[in-house]
Amino acid sequence: MGQTYWWMLFGMAVVTYIPRMVPLTFLDGKELPPIVSGVLSNIPYAVLGALIFPAIIFVQEGNILFGIIGAATAFLIAFLGGGVMPVVLGTIGVLAIYGFFM
Amino acid sequence: MKNQFLAGLKAGLSIAIGYFPIALTFGLLAKTTGLSLMEATAMSIFVYAGAAQYISLNLISFGVDPVTIVINTFIVNIRHFLMTASLNEKMHRAPKWVKAIYSFGITDESFSVLATGKEEKIPTAYAFGVTIIAYGSWVSFTAAGHVVGANLPEFLQVAMSIALYAMFIGLLVPAMKGNRKVIMLAALAAAIHCIIYIGELLSTGWAILVSTLGSAILIEVIFARRSKNVTALQKEMEES
Repeated sequence: MGQTYWWMLFGMAVVTYIPRMVPLTFLDGKELPPIVSGVLSNIPYAVLGALIFPAIIFVQEGNILFGIIGAATAFLIAFLGGGVMPVVLGTIGVLAIYGFFM
Repeated sequence: MKNQFLAGLKAGLSIAIGYFPIALTFGLLAKTTGLSLMEATAMSIFVYAGAAQYISLNLISFGVDPVTIVINTFIVNIRHFLMTASLNEKMHRAPKWVKAIYSFGITDESFSVLATGKEEKIPTAYAFGVTIIAYGSWVSFTAAGHVVGANLPEFLQVAMSIALYAMFIGLLVPAMKGNRKVIMLAALAAAIHCIIYIGELLSTGWAILVSTLGSAILIEVIFARRSKNVTALQKEMEES
């Protein structure tokens, strides 16, 4: 990865630290406008949606079925109430079986 | 002081256990993305932000440029601004530099533990206990995951390329249940991203950024207006 990677890491570290540190040290309890705090609290769910689709479908180049099976399995296990780990391991398991026989 | 620190370690243990599989998977994925053991572990040491780290792996594998990755990291982590702002009310008074140190350890999980604590004011030593044990787990299991990943058979490594997305789904679906706003947020962001992807309008990093912010803002405006209408309606009914 080289030197660029370390610069990127430095940048990532700074932009992660600032939102954690500034309110605790400098803001001292000033309130944000409700629309701003609303948008901020929406971001985690929106980002997950954007991350999953469409990338999950194309996770294996030239094999859309691989992605579709993976997505369906993960949603099914998650919907049935599996935690994060059962979802991850279960989906890997199903795709490992699929990959093993293909 | 020492007791509060120990109590913090104890409360943080559940986070440390929860981090174990996620950090292990991160180490594994970092390996398949092409990061060295040192590069992968360094990210967990210096950045320490689960979702942002996973996303950056994703973006690195797409060849997204470093500046976009940093901007994306900022967008994803800006929510901590909200959390630490509300946490500030709950913390014991302490010198700014002390707060600046433990604020490094505020993640979604450590925030949840600290913010839901039953004490009225949280002692500084307790916050250090919670954050230190969680951080230690995150860093050490990242390295362990990278080392383990080297010895896996090919078909398993291929299957593991789904791990990241499976984790995202595992995080999203429980929040979706019975929450229309969460469903709409995720669906709209996914839809915007699909349009950008099919139209080849933006590179991956920017596409994620635009769909995230677009969805978060649009849904917020819709819901704010709706709740305003509801309160206006209630008022009218009360008056008549």
